[in-house]
Amino acid sequence: METVLIACGALAREVLALKKKYRWEAEVLGLPSLLHNRPELIPPAVLNRIREVRSQYQRIIVVYGDCGTAGGLDAVLEAEGVERVAGPHCYEMYADSSFENMMNEEPGTFFLTDYMVRSFDHIVIQGLGLDRIPDLRDEYFKNYTRVVYLAQEDDPELARRAQWAADFLKLPLKVRPAGYGALESRLLELMQQNHESLETSPAEYI
Amino acid sequence: MTDEELDITQLETPELIEQIQDDLYDGLHDEVIEGVNELLRRDMTPYDVLTQALVGGMDVVGVDFRDGILFVPEVLMAAKAMKGGMAILRPLLAETGAPQVGKMVIGTVKGDIHDIGKNLVAMMMEGAGFEVINLGINNDSDKFLAAIREHQPEILGMSALLTTTMPYMKVVIDTLKEQELRDKIIVMVGGAPLNEAFAEEIEADAYCRDAAVAVETAKKLISMKKDVTSKHPN
Repeated sequence: METVLIACGALAREVLALKKKYRWEAEVLGLPSLLHNRPELIPPAVLNRIREVRSQYQRIIVVYGDCGTAGGLDAVLEAEGVERVAGPHCYEMYADSSFENMMNEEPGTFFLTDYMVRSFDHIVIQGLGLDRIPDLRDEYFKNYTRVVYLAQEDDPELARRAQWAADFLKLPLKVRPAGYGALESRLLELMQQNHESLETSPAEYI
Repeated sequence: MTDEELDITQLETPELIEQIQDDLYDGLHDEVIEGVNELLRRDMTPYDVLTQALVGGMDVVGVDFRDGILFVPEVLMAAKAMKGGMAILRPLLAETGAPQVGKMVIGTVKGDIHDIGKNLVAMMMEGAGFEVINLGINNDSDKFLAAIREHQPEILGMSALLTTTMPYMKVVIDTLKEQELRDKIIVMVGGAPLNEAFAEEIEADAYCRDAAVAVETAKKLISMKKDVTSKHPN
């Protein structure tokens, strides 16, 4: 393997699906998605993983958004000379150009993805302490006005769980089939650059 | 003796203050209120109750949050408990003429509905003796400017949680410049996606990573401003 994709756990399943679809010769390594509850822990965790695998691969691509690290992740990646798929977070990647419109339309939009729907218990209910302190739900979500589910798969079970999550938050649900959105196009572009640069790299040595 | 059996009226005042701090740390809203009322019954001034019991307790919460010992849910419960205590003390503080450090207008910027951190800052600033005008969420520059003209604060605080909304802080700062108000006010900014470089880029006076830093920064900048004003009154 020449390339490794270091992916957020929230994107790993989708990155594996894209790897299969495009038959990429790449390894996919995940990091815990729960790091998002403490974004300051993301850059050191990614850095550790880069250093663990650097000697084994020619190219490393990080599949994360900025994810609330306030530029901290990009600073680490720049210092390490490692690329990242563009985007501030996975919601923007999936919704692509419509993300801004949706936020302008309703700033109080809470996004779900397939991963979020599958892990709602773990990420939202337990992660925000709502299992221990249910009263905090209103504190966290009082300013939200709707849930938008950016669906990667057309799966009735996931749609049912999304409805359950929206009901839990006491918010109306809007389902938007998004597929892999810009995650696919941006990652594909990066992987094609990889392919082209590997193809042309011998010439550079002449 | 269990907590249920604890009779706070039997505690010495320093022990009671410590008990309130512990209750605040544990997010025990009703117990904090009970403790505050007991201290007031003992003729402690509202200002001392605020600073020694509530702010003292929240300072510990802030340090433990920063050190990763406490997490957001626990901080929110502590904040709710403090809010309960503040509701009792606020009118009394006004009546007794507690010292005022300064005035702050604070709000979340346009397009952004996140206010947990901003409300924590507002509460801790109030606890530190600032008069705080909290504009809430989704504020455009007109709302910020109107509040500044009305309340004449020394400090403007702006908050954003989204990378898409944080650039709006610069719009507000540019409007302050256009209105020739920028030099008259200290601008502090905060929120998860911000950093010091961003604050510098938009020409804010300070980036504050949490509520405790916001309070310290505000006190420092106010004091510096007062020094300059006293040396150069014109």
